Amino acid sequence: MAEYQKFEHDVLVIGAGGAGLRAAIEASAAGVKTGLVCKSLLGKAHTVMAEGGIAAALGTVNSADSWKVHFADTMRGGQYVNNWRMAELHAKEAPTCVRELEAWGAVFDRTREGDILQRNFGGHRYPRLAHVGDRTGLEMIRTLQDHGIHQGIDVHMECTIISLLKEGDRVVGAFGYDRQRGLFRLFQAKAIVLATGGVGRAYRITSNSWEYTGDGQALAYNAGADLMDMEFVQFHPTGMIWPPSVAGILVTEGVRGEGGVLRNSKGRRFMFDDIPEAYRHQTADNEEEGWRYCQGDKQARRPPELLTRDHVARCIVREVKEGRGSPHGGVFLDISWIKERIPNAPEHIKKKLPSMYHQFKQLADLDITVEPMEVGPTTHYMMGGIRVHPETQMSTVPGLFAAGEAGCGLHGANRLGGNSLSDLLVFGKRAGKFAAAFAKEHSSGTINTDQVDSIARWALEPFERGARSNDAEGPYQIQYELQVKMQELVGIVRAEAELLMGLEEVARLQRRARAVTVQGNREYNGGWHTALDLSNLLTVSEAIARSALERRESRGGHFRDDYPNKDKAFGEFNIIVRRGPGGEMKVLRENIPPMPAELKQIIEEQQK
Amino acid sequence: MTSATFSIWRGAAGEGKLFRYTTEISEGMVVLDAVHKIQAEQANDMAVRWNCKAGKCGSCSAEINGIPRLMCMTRLNQLPLEKPVTIEPMKSFPSIKDLVTDVSWNFQVKKQIKKFKPRPPDAPDGSWRMHQEDVDRVQEFRKCIECFLCQDVCHVLREHHKHEEFIGPRFFVYVAALEMHPLDTENRVEELAKAKGIGYCNITKCCTKVCPESITITDNAIIPLKERVVDEFYDPIKRLFRKFRR
Repeated sequence: MAEYQKFEHDVLVIGAGGAGLRAAIEASAAGVKTGLVCKSLLGKAHTVMAEGGIAAALGTVNSADSWKVHFADTMRGGQYVNNWRMAELHAKEAPTCVRELEAWGAVFDRTREGDILQRNFGGHRYPRLAHVGDRTGLEMIRTLQDHGIHQGIDVHMECTIISLLKEGDRVVGAFGYDRQRGLFRLFQAKAIVLATGGVGRAYRITSNSWEYTGDGQALAYNAGADLMDMEFVQFHPTGMIWPPSVAGILVTEGVRGEGGVLRNSKGRRFMFDDIPEAYRHQTADNEEEGWRYCQGDKQARRPPELLTRDHVARCIVREVKEGRGSPHGGVFLDISWIKERIPNAPEHIKKKLPSMYHQFKQLADLDITVEPMEVGPTTHYMMGGIRVHPETQMSTVPGLFAAGEAGCGLHGANRLGGNSLSDLLVFGKRAGKFAAAFAKEHSSGTINTDQVDSIARWALEPFERGARSNDAEGPYQIQYELQVKMQELVGIVRAEAELLMGLEEVARLQRRARAVTVQGNREYNGGWHTALDLSNLLTVSEAIARSALERRESRGGHFRDDYPNKDKAFGEFNIIVRRGPGGEMKVLRENIPPMPAELKQIIEEQQK
Repeated sequence: MTSATFSIWRGAAGEGKLFRYTTEISEGMVVLDAVHKIQAEQANDMAVRWNCKAGKCGSCSAEINGIPRLMCMTRLNQLPLEKPVTIEPMKSFPSIKDLVTDVSWNFQVKKQIKKFKPRPPDAPDGSWRMHQEDVDRVQEFRKCIECFLCQDVCHVLREHHKHEEFIGPRFFVYVAALEMHPLDTENRVEELAKAKGIGYCNITKCCTKVCPESITITDNAIIPLKERVVDEFYDPIKRLFRKFRR
């Protein structure tokens, strides 16, 4: 019999970034006993890394903005494979969610009239991102944290969940361990919200921290829930590339929003060379107009640096491939040039982009007010994830909900910058609300102790293998090889032969992971934690590769060298990944439901 | 490739010692990179807390050659590498294992501070109006990443262990952000004087020096709070006034 400490909650939220915190606040406000599990300490989740802002059609800077424009921008950015109902709800509800943060103490940058200031961002037609300099994510998570701690939520810090527990079809609990002592914990819950974020750690170059190992996606998949759109991984166009130890750290799109330009080694602003048809009428065709746009001229069109992330990332890859890259294999991002246009440019840059200034000064010995930065694409965000009901956020498993990056549907094939923070708020809130409602309508289930025992045994096996053999393989090498292979074979530019090789590599690494060994004891043992996370990383890596193989076209974040064009037929469905009865991974196609006429009309109007 | 030697404190619950590890280093590496390399290649079970690796989450606080710093923002080329680089856990908090300390006290302290209480909205749509110049100071305080390095360096906590009577620089900054928030209507001055121990601070500014976010903790947060406490509790006229009110 496994030894564990037992906790009982009505709603258990797994993950304590923006979506998890927002869900926990909403659930506890509905009067149910709420538990919140964080893999790290409270307030350290990756939401702190979000820099640019929260997209919401508040219309404080340009009153022409409305939910309709935001909806159309989101659908276009996602290349129309988004869940249109989620995109509609998101655009309608985001403004209220931003105002709510202000009521809880958030201090956004202000307009001259004293309202919330909004900034320009890629793919958004109007200035739409409520922000605090370039540390908006920190402001958001701190506001939610400081509000949440007074709501009576039970917080379990530094705790990792390794399996969900089911009774019949329904989820009834979760099993994991506390990272500090290494002891098992069992959580009985009537409803569970997964808000565990992304999968960035599957790749070598990523802006994500150690936590993002696809836990939520793998937990849900293993519990029988559908995953969707797993082929759509966002590679953010601008990550740091030099020095090597900081490669992947994000350089906010806000740099381009403030007037930063991309140049190749010839000094050319190459983004003017390839402007997609769908964006041509809204994109500046000369440098002068682009600059006026960044200065707030409402008549001017946006510079091509602010096209969607998938497109900018591919243009950078092209420049490097064709020999016009920077010395360390990227391109130049220059904000210092604005000194030709405005007085006091260095002060202005430090005020508008303080963390970027700080980050480059400290990590790369580079002053961004004087010199251009070297940047290149970095694995940033998972558009795909757990398939959910657009309104309630419930997955295909009763009682199991998902929100934020762990969920999917809102962003389609490509996420617009700023739509992630608003996603966390809108759907975190909805998940919390509907999970609480589900918990009120259902009684506690029964925990299957045999299932618990077998999970506990599985979790401790690496120690037993380690005790038997001192020189067997530890987890770090396997994780490293997976990251290298995924980057190489299932990265920004994909092709069938490479994807098949990628799948073989994943299978080979899965076999090695089953024999992984761990040394030492259970207390705060990084090796053990990595060994257990490996199985999730491998599951999501397989799902990404299989889905990418199935989508024989190029769309948004998914680019196939062997099928470089968009194919209308592939715009009709989403790709689903499901666990088969024998434990094998099945890939299916699910038709996108027809869009109501009034939403179609909005999109048509906005295309004009 | 050159190599460097690191002397890392390893042990649990306060019992332990420095272990030496030599590893290869490359251009641009920070202390956290070296620790990760040692963990992956020589000491799989080493405990180290980290998260964003970009100076934004405040998880990887430690004492590097005796100075409280973030491991992810300390570059090796800023350190003398001819002798071993010493890396130890923070000393103001109980040790758990290796470089990881128990910082839960900070979370308990925060919970006891009265929460934000805004005035009624200014506009019919439920929103407020605030001007940038009125929020600049509060935004400075809200840059805090809760790395707790200021708590670690503060002698009131580090040497005198006044954790029961003194909330430390981090939470003076937190209270200052609330008290100077243009919308807030709560009053936290009395508890600052009585339960939060602001009087223990003798403004040596050690906290300001170690803050990775360059928040002017002493001058902008603690001193103005001390002034509010003095105004309210030690001003002779107000004192007299309070006496009559009773």
